[in-house]
Amino acid sequence: MTVVTLSKRRSGEDPGTPVVRLTGIRKSFQGNEVVHGVDLELQPGEVHALVGENGAGKSTLMKCLAGIHAPDQGTIEIDGVVRRFRSPREAQEAGVAIVHQEFTLLPHRTVAENLFLGREPGRFGRVDKAGMERRAGEVLADLGVTSIRPSAVVSGLSVAQQQIVEIAKALVLDARVLAMDEPTAALADAEVALLYDLVRRLTGRGLAVLYVSHRLPEVFDLSSRITVMKDGAHVATEPTGELTTDNVVRLMVGRPLNALFPDLAAAEELGKERIAVAGGGNARIHDIDLTIRAGEVVGLAGLQGSGRSALARALCGVAPFTRGSYQVEGRPARIRSPRRAVRAGIAFVTEDRKGEGLALRQTVQDNVLLVRRSVSGRRTRSTVADLLREMTVVAASPASEVRLLSGGNQQKVVLAKWLAVGPTVLVVDEPTRGIDIGAKATIYQLIRDLARSGVAVLLISSELPELIGMSDRLLVMHRGRIAGELPPQSSEEDVMRLATGHGQPGENGQSEEAES
Amino acid sequence: MTALDASTATAVPRRKLQMPGSTATVYLALGLTLVVGSLLVAERGGTLLDQPGITKILTLCTALGLVAIGQTIAIVAGSLDLSVAHLIGLTSLVTAEVMAGQNGRIVLAVAAALGVAALVGAVNGLVVTKLKVNPFIATLGMALVLQGVLEHRYTGPAGETTRDFQRLGYDRVGPVPVSFLVMLGVAALAWWLLARTRTGHHIYAVGGDAEIARVSGVRVSRTVITAHVLCALAAGATGIFLASRLGAGAPYVGTDASYDLQSIAAVVLGGALLAGGRGGVIGTIGGVMLLACLDTTFDDLGVDPFLKDVVRGSVIIVAVALYARRKPGGRT
Repeated sequence: MTVVTLSKRRSGEDPGTPVVRLTGIRKSFQGNEVVHGVDLELQPGEVHALVGENGAGKSTLMKCLAGIHAPDQGTIEIDGVVRRFRSPREAQEAGVAIVHQEFTLLPHRTVAENLFLGREPGRFGRVDKAGMERRAGEVLADLGVTSIRPSAVVSGLSVAQQQIVEIAKALVLDARVLAMDEPTAALADAEVALLYDLVRRLTGRGLAVLYVSHRLPEVFDLSSRITVMKDGAHVATEPTGELTTDNVVRLMVGRPLNALFPDLAAAEELGKERIAVAGGGNARIHDIDLTIRAGEVVGLAGLQGSGRSALARALCGVAPFTRGSYQVEGRPARIRSPRRAVRAGIAFVTEDRKGEGLALRQTVQDNVLLVRRSVSGRRTRSTVADLLREMTVVAASPASEVRLLSGGNQQKVVLAKWLAVGPTVLVVDEPTRGIDIGAKATIYQLIRDLARSGVAVLLISSELPELIGMSDRLLVMHRGRIAGELPPQSSEEDVMRLATGHGQPGENGQSEEAES
Repeated sequence: MTALDASTATAVPRRKLQMPGSTATVYLALGLTLVVGSLLVAERGGTLLDQPGITKILTLCTALGLVAIGQTIAIVAGSLDLSVAHLIGLTSLVTAEVMAGQNGRIVLAVAAALGVAALVGAVNGLVVTKLKVNPFIATLGMALVLQGVLEHRYTGPAGETTRDFQRLGYDRVGPVPVSFLVMLGVAALAWWLLARTRTGHHIYAVGGDAEIARVSGVRVSRTVITAHVLCALAAGATGIFLASRLGAGAPYVGTDASYDLQSIAAVVLGGALLAGGRGGVIGTIGGVMLLACLDTTFDDLGVDPFLKDVVRGSVIIVAVALYARRKPGGRT
């Protein structure tokens, strides 16, 4: 069987033998079928995008391929050979490499130890440490990366470097197919372009790539074919050239893209200044002048590390300002802690939903009431049930554990938690990261409704179409300072120019993200 | 990739933490304790580090060190073992009773004690991995079971170890007990296991994040069971050593010295994360020696036992608070 596999590995041109063929895959959890007989084929050298809303079954399908779940029915063929994986290890050995949505690196261990986890080289149980680091260096060099030392501890690497180590880890074994689940979720735009290079380099060698992403511009940039899933079923597989973003969105959710964003605020809808910062700063940000008015959604753009999140955290007392003046509702405010911020009516929807936003093992109800209970005495808008209905949270009941909800529903619970105390200022950091388009539309509408009701909103996002589509005014940060302000509906190029600190166009190669 | 290198270099400047690591800290604290302790004892006209003093410290280190080495392995694997103190009592009894004062039965006695220990460790590991009982509860339950056995079957010391066997506990090379050297040998072996073998790498990985380890192809259950067996074997070795010191087995020799909590304290003093995935034998031995030096100094000074416990507890809390400050800040 090995001989057959090897000979097939060389015949990358033969379009008749897909690297991977999934046939009639079905998978249920607790009697609830989430994948209904899906077929999928990956050809050598192709980037095959798999798109669909959260809960469409993409990740489950991918995990079946990876040996993490065993399909209830259906067959998995690798290079024409039917395989039945009983563990992730068996899938790896058959050439299936996976880059998970969440990082799977151990922060306290070195790059080399992470790359070879579970398959450390050496004999008789002894690990050949020097050999392991040398080979880790080779794997990284093979990917064109020289800046990451194999002996470096992972927690000291940047997010982008960790993502590369993640990919390298998947490729340590001789992979035939690389499946990536939202590989750019944690990357800034500049880093995304480099991920593209890496993917192209790999497909150039005949690897098949299964690319699972919510970000349609990326899907169109990279893929040669697109498969759309909806509600656990296969909807369509088409060459990318024959599809448009609108087609794909309609296949995924049944509505066109421009319907995603609600209308911007009219001039008469803007009220008094809710917050005003002058000359604000701390260790990470400097000279911040910022006002947000009632009814206004101000977008905050910037590359990863530009100080966007640091500004949000300063406004909300998580890492307070140490300089400058800060006024809330026209009165000087000393927001020295999250508690002070909450009492001043400022709500903070963190970018780190699972780490800072939710108590994952608590119930939906407890999470929604978390802030309200901590500042008892404040008036509340409505009951938990009303809030959840308003947000269209699909949960079995308010008594179910939050960790069991999908990402989109979790995010709605975070929002509900803050709405329960009726804030006047809402700071939202990456509110739609890793959630599906349907849930995104709900969250956009919700943010706009809040603004209409007089809330001042600061919206931070790495997704420029979202930021531009939502904001009444755009601020762009660069190296801890506000580099400039842009009117609504500015182009992505304008934003990128300010964000990269380049005055002239053409100097930054990262603003090429396709506009739909 | 050059552009990536450049962008990450500017966008995410990384500080290299240059503060001493936890291992260096614990050895610094050890040195400081020895100096201050010697001065204080000298002021009262005594000598802390004369031959009996050194021997006393190192003998204390031997018993606690053996069990703490095992506890290190369990804690690094993300587990912990609260049954070691009772297991020490039980294995001391098994050793002494099987030996029954006959030199010809030494090997058999040691094998029996280690066998009992391995069995207890395996049960702990199986309960934790297969029945998915939290290690705290699982090993506490095991401790209660063993306590029942000890209370039901024994009223006091039992069995007898031979004179020759007792030399293991009392022979010295200069001021250094032979048993201390044996303990260091066990420590070296455990260090090698954790740092240089596949099993060791897997123990760190499972302790760091069991799901990541599983998805990476590590056999998680097997690794955790191995860690528990090794931990129990180390406790068994402590029981054997104490039987050699006492000349008999004693049911409460482990619990009287509260080796369960002491061993965890030593491991944590040595810089291990109680949550697992981080720590090591070298740090643990530092923690053990620090605790032994503190005890001996206080004994020599004739300090009130209450104050002794207060200081000991405070040292542990301060150390862990220091380590917590040192964790690389912020999430990536």
